[in-house]
Amino acid sequence: MTSLLPPSIASGLSRRSTRGDCSPQELSRQFARTRRDFLRTSAGLALGSTLFGSRAFADSLVKKRKVVVITFGGGARDQETFAPEGQENIPHLMRELIPQSAFFTQVVNRGILGHYVATASLATGVYETINNFASLPPEHPTIFEYFRKDLKRPSTDAWVVAPSNGFNRIGESSHRSYGPGLGAGVILPKHLLTAAISGGRSDYEHLLRDNYETPLYAPELGGREFELLQLERILKLSIDDFKAHARTLSSPDELSVYIVRQLMRQVAPSLLWITMHDIDVAHAGAYSLYVEGIRRTDRLCAEVWKTIQSEPEYAGKTTLFILPDFGRDSDDDSGGNGFQHHRTGDALSRTTWMMALGAGVREGVVFDRAMESTDLVPTIGSMLDFSASFAQGKPAPELL
Amino acid sequence: MLPSNLKADQFERYPAEARKLVRNYIGALQKLPLSFVPSLLREVIDYDFKFPAERTAVEKELANLGSLSAEQTQTWFRAFADIELSPKLERLDWINAPAQFVEQLSAHLWTTHQLDRFRQAATEYADRLHAAVPADPPPVPRMGIAIIGQGVTAPDEPLFRKLRPHGAYFSHVKPENGLKILLDSVAARAKAHPVPYGHWYVDGGEEAAYDSAVTCISYGALEPVRNAVLRKMRAEVDKPGMGPEALRTLLAQATPAGLGLRAAKDPILDRFQVKLLTEGSGTQIFSTTFAQWTAREALRRAQPLTLLVRFAPRQRQKPMNELLSESSDRPELDPVGSLVDADMGAYYNWLNQQRLPSAEQSSFLAWFENHGEAIAIGPSMPRGTESTSVADLRELLSWMT
Repeated sequence: MTSLLPPSIASGLSRRSTRGDCSPQELSRQFARTRRDFLRTSAGLALGSTLFGSRAFADSLVKKRKVVVITFGGGARDQETFAPEGQENIPHLMRELIPQSAFFTQVVNRGILGHYVATASLATGVYETINNFASLPPEHPTIFEYFRKDLKRPSTDAWVVAPSNGFNRIGESSHRSYGPGLGAGVILPKHLLTAAISGGRSDYEHLLRDNYETPLYAPELGGREFELLQLERILKLSIDDFKAHARTLSSPDELSVYIVRQLMRQVAPSLLWITMHDIDVAHAGAYSLYVEGIRRTDRLCAEVWKTIQSEPEYAGKTTLFILPDFGRDSDDDSGGNGFQHHRTGDALSRTTWMMALGAGVREGVVFDRAMESTDLVPTIGSMLDFSASFAQGKPAPELL
Repeated sequence: MLPSNLKADQFERYPAEARKLVRNYIGALQKLPLSFVPSLLREVIDYDFKFPAERTAVEKELANLGSLSAEQTQTWFRAFADIELSPKLERLDWINAPAQFVEQLSAHLWTTHQLDRFRQAATEYADRLHAAVPADPPPVPRMGIAIIGQGVTAPDEPLFRKLRPHGAYFSHVKPENGLKILLDSVAARAKAHPVPYGHWYVDGGEEAAYDSAVTCISYGALEPVRNAVLRKMRAEVDKPGMGPEALRTLLAQATPAGLGLRAAKDPILDRFQVKLLTEGSGTQIFSTTFAQWTAREALRRAQPLTLLVRFAPRQRQKPMNELLSESSDRPELDPVGSLVDADMGAYYNWLNQQRLPSAEQSSFLAWFENHGEAIAIGPSMPRGTESTSVADLRELLSWMT
């Protein structure tokens, strides 16, 4: 338990994490070990080492290989997920996905813990420092640009689906060697829905909500016509069908997964990035809504995995990555307010996990060495055979 | 500008008591690094509107800084001095706008990857200060009470799961007159130990009758102020470039009078209430968040001897735009979700109480309103135990203290 800090540094800045006198690195290791122990007990995973390597992936299939990345949105803590008392909130991860996955217990994010900038860091492999709340592209090349430029892929082969209004620039960077014309297509389902309903919002308001920590204003990408063009030409959805289906959904992330399924069926991109965000309702301080968000995200991750397995374009040749952009503040830090925010920068909010499953991945192993969230892009680069030359991270040998 | 250039006349715009206080310590402040001084001035500038416990803490901290030798000052603040700041930060008016400086400093620390170093410096400073100036023990052991579950017949999940390991769980509490018994006990403590802002009653709904010796804040009574804050938020959120940080900065400038708290019966409490609604996330829209955050801030700032928090059902979740809109309709409530929120809120109230001096002597009671379940924590209550004894809340309180 921590005592209060003196008033001069008690709020806003200095945040005291006092789990004994441990360094942040030691705390990260402790979280990882605990997570590993939970998984070995509950999901029956074996402890892996880099010697395990991955399952051989035939060279002939590399070109057909697809990768789907899901950010387990908004960040969730172990006590509401992998700890014994939290496992009831993630039944699909625990029973269905983790037993099939290679699970990394210690993924440390050393960057800025804001959702847009952290997701941009995940997508570039560099700790970006752009303003989290401004409509700015990442400064370093994104995974989508490396993928498309190196492998000469068309614009239809890389897509981002993001529920938050603020993610409209995530698809391509401002880097002069990459940038315009080389990025991913970005679909903001809420923009699509707003364009489709054009006025009568009352039946759909629950799908349009943002929360406290997302930019409150986001410029449109290209006006209503652009959104409707995406809907009809790319997703092959009529406005009426889209509206009718949307009415059956209960949250922005459900709307995103609906769009993802449609995208997979109609376009079948080789690189697909989905950011979930429902969990971030936690910023409003209602614990029940935060837990509800975790349960929904758990279910939606399983639905995406089922779609991957059932769609002919994806089945047997797709690797799925699931990882949070970062965690949330610990109850032990007097500077924070527990689950509500991710403002303290304490070890719990920085130490997350990652699971990889599907094509080329050894099942049922857990790795607890430290890796960084910037390692994702170089890892996928090594899998798909492109070079993430500006990324700071390193490929994970366990997946190669 | 750097602290070494500080002069007494630069504090002209500070409120009277703050000005008087800070001018006694200009010499000490001149020796401190810029990465530290604005954080201290942020507390000093609000000195006139602080609770007694906070005033004492600020006075002691300044007195301690004034007593340090040059060598000690260097040792205490070496890590802060190593933090690299930008010329832009140095140019800010950190004397008159220390809070804005601290926000900018925070962003700078994140961006330049110096946050961990700053945390380490802050932790070391806090440890030294606590050792040099130990906190005074309270005149009587603290007592916290949380009342949860208003409007719920039966919970979906077992209650008090996080608190149970720390105390005794009672499953056959007689609920009759429970609220009155607990409010009477708060009043009795307030009369027996009359300390300004020492005994609080926070209600997430409309407050019940309470004794005038008790400081009371309720979500219901603040409705006009909440609506004024929501109007302000609504007016800003659609502006280009507006995000949570900009909105927070803007709301931080709100004053009690500007939000309709014109009576100014108690300027300190008025300021506190405005901060609850302008600095807390979700306090404007969810009563459960309001009650938990109010308890946290009351404990952190006023360090009360007694704190009773009664959670009430919050409105059902709606899209943010709708939640931010003022509505004359009675909102649809979510009692079951609110019980889950309040159960966690009670745990946080206990955690925050345990951060105060003499925590080992404190006691805490959480009760499922109008039902037979309660958890009692205190030095005399066995941890992790369960009791089926039939008892009323008066008896439980007597066993705890």
